[in-house]
Amino acid sequence: SFHSLTSNFVFFIFSWWGGVQMGPPDPILGVTEAFKRDTNPKKMNLGVGAYRDDKGKPFVLSCVRKAEALIAAKQLDKEYLPIGGLGDFTKACAQLALGANNEVLSSGRNITVQTISGTGSLRIGANFLSRFHGGSRDVYLPKPSWGNHTPIFRDAGMQLKAYRYYDPSTCGFDFRGALEDISKIPEQSVILLHACAHNPTGVDPKQEQWKEISDIKRNLLVFFDMAYQGFASGDIDRDAWAVRYFIEQGHNILLSQSFAKNMGLYGERVGGFTVVCKDIEESKRVESQLKILIRPIYSNPPMNGARIATTILNTPELRLLWLEEVHGMANRIIKMREQLVAGLKKSGSSHNWQHVIDQIGMFCFTGLKPEQVERLTKEFSVYMTKDGRISMAGISSGNVGYLAEGIHAVTK
Amino acid sequence: MALLKSNKVISCLGNISPSLGVLSTRNSSWWGGVQMGPPDPILGVTEAFKRDTNPKKMNLGVGAYRDDKGKPFVLSCVRKAEALIAAKQLDKEYLPIGGLGDFTKACAQLALGANNEVLSSGRNITVQTISGTGSLRIGANFLSRFHGGSRDVYLPKPSWGNHTPIFRDAGMQLKAYRYYDPSTCGFDFRGALEDISKIPEQSVILLHACAHNPTGVDPKQEQWKEISDIVKKRNLLVFFDMAYQGFASGDIDRDAWAVRYFIEQGHNILLSQSFAKNMGLYGERVGGFTVVCKDIEESKRVESQLKILIRPIYSNPPMNGARIATTILNTPELRLLWLEEVHGMANRIIKMREQLVAGLKKSGSSHNWQHVIDQIGMFCFTGLKPEQVERLTKEFSVYMTKDGRISMAGISSGNVGYLAEGIHAVTK
Repeated sequence: SFHSLTSNFVFFIFSWWGGVQMGPPDPILGVTEAFKRDTNPKKMNLGVGAYRDDKGKPFVLSCVRKAEALIAAKQLDKEYLPIGGLGDFTKACAQLALGANNEVLSSGRNITVQTISGTGSLRIGANFLSRFHGGSRDVYLPKPSWGNHTPIFRDAGMQLKAYRYYDPSTCGFDFRGALEDISKIPEQSVILLHACAHNPTGVDPKQEQWKEISDIKRNLLVFFDMAYQGFASGDIDRDAWAVRYFIEQGHNILLSQSFAKNMGLYGERVGGFTVVCKDIEESKRVESQLKILIRPIYSNPPMNGARIATTILNTPELRLLWLEEVHGMANRIIKMREQLVAGLKKSGSSHNWQHVIDQIGMFCFTGLKPEQVERLTKEFSVYMTKDGRISMAGISSGNVGYLAEGIHAVTK
Repeated sequence: MALLKSNKVISCLGNISPSLGVLSTRNSSWWGGVQMGPPDPILGVTEAFKRDTNPKKMNLGVGAYRDDKGKPFVLSCVRKAEALIAAKQLDKEYLPIGGLGDFTKACAQLALGANNEVLSSGRNITVQTISGTGSLRIGANFLSRFHGGSRDVYLPKPSWGNHTPIFRDAGMQLKAYRYYDPSTCGFDFRGALEDISKIPEQSVILLHACAHNPTGVDPKQEQWKEISDIVKKRNLLVFFDMAYQGFASGDIDRDAWAVRYFIEQGHNILLSQSFAKNMGLYGERVGGFTVVCKDIEESKRVESQLKILIRPIYSNPPMNGARIATTILNTPELRLLWLEEVHGMANRIIKMREQLVAGLKKSGSSHNWQHVIDQIGMFCFTGLKPEQVERLTKEFSVYMTKDGRISMAGISSGNVGYLAEGIHAVTK
């Protein structure tokens, strides 16, 4: 019939997604894609957010390979993990962050669930806040913060605000500005703190500064993002100092952990989300609600990475090996920082590059302006994000001299 | 409000005495208002099962395949794939946001057939997801953000329990269409057509591609054709959930027939796939989400938005299971072995259905148990009433959900006779 002919015709040309716009291109991806197209043999990709060895290659830790061999030998099944993840993993994960003797663990007043790495952890936390934190919709991020923090909290229904953090005039911590801003945050708001190795600036508060931040009496709900434990200073306890101090001081924190960087488990997606509760009774209630929240997102988390992490943490010789390897990664980064500054001095730069050494972790906020970044890319094939952030992981002893020359050339 | 007020008092105390302030924060609670959630019904079944000391106990709540000895089954093709992968000593770099490219390609090909016009025209976008649940949730979030036509998602009655919170938490509204007919333990075809014909245009309709969960009741091909016609007339957005491809009939192409038919008929569907059951990759979390678009240009726009949606949920998906699935699908001898093994799993289930009905007849049951054989896949809606289920549990230590659903995977040749006796005892 004519009617069915037209309705078929309409049906075929009709499109459900005609109104879907092309999304903006990912800024970091754009850097990598431009890098790939560049034919200059001296090119450097300093946008990469993953560790590289001194030959510029991805690095799979020996302890990971050994753990994988142990696991493979056991020929384990692939049954679903519980909604909250592998029990041995969440236990070891919490112990790593808080220290095995922490009162929180012995009292059982934490609930720790396995998550899809750090992003998954933050998102579970954001969703939990959105559903259960009646006190406020506002999450305060440091300025600047990791780019993905904003959509994580926003898509979960929270509102984003900021407190001063990075001081471009010193390429360091704006301590006064941070204290001023934090002291004005409305009570019961959520404040997100980077536990160590702030991303993207590499600027961390000193212990005395952490103490003052903890003291600010605004009754804020603290959410720690710890994506680099061990990777910052090379010492897992030192990097967890702020988290443990805050808990000691009575903050019942939320905590996200990632094993992407410190165990090199990037694509395996291993992380944890912890709520430190008032007591074990509260932790049970919170646990039940976390499971109800997680089940309709992905049911239960992926097993492989959690098994690897657990094997490493709980097998004494592997744990020792891991601590050495994480120390090694952190040391190489620190060495690159020192060599870069030495190279800049040698090139004849008169600028103060101390911040490159003072900053910590994977990233460095060079202080380069967008025009300088553009020149560095165009003239030297050195690729980084426009904010002047470089990934120290992309630097090796073979190219740090070239980088120093390039940076000097665009800043002299 | 009470919490706010009490915190004001506490922080005032803190101003008077710093130590009081510290004490107050330690004892104060952010989560005083968080209620204990209701217990998970299926978990409750398993927990009661574990406590039971009867050596003849059976757990028919389990949603995972078991071999004929009642053990979890890791497929040989999976073990072989793992060995191949381990030998390569691959790195662990992040996958792209949309997942492993070779995986998404093979995943879409498996569902649609390698020669499908959709694939050659590139008008699908397929992303790797956290198994079937993750796929459905990405789809639900995408609908919530981009489907202007309607907030309503129509589920069959009944449907998998988790469908409801998946769509609801994503911001959609749940409605239902008749599906299961308790009087026949079969498909309420007339009821389904009537209800579907009244669904407002541009609503989303979720269809189980094969092996309906929880009933095991699937439409016949002729019935699918009529459903397709009505859905087209009502201009509904079709979302297929295919969690059991290969696991239902034993034949991957046969189980994907409805999905492929609908696409042929011009429905630009959404599709969720899971490899939890058909490859036994449960805890590895392997799945795919596909949007069949009008053309390749549209698929690029949709892809960009899917990535923007996924990135703040988990950034990128887990690599291990996707590598295993890809190795199996793309290594000819492993793919053949997989097809054999999935056929084997489906056959064991079918055999248990036949043996259960034979056992019921042998026990002397006068009821019509044909539906146990007609239903397909992991689950069977026995038709047992709650009181009968309770007796079966109390008197025979046979555990199942109150709706009378049993997991065929929990049955073995060693205990099917016992189950038949028990079911007969509570239904005679």
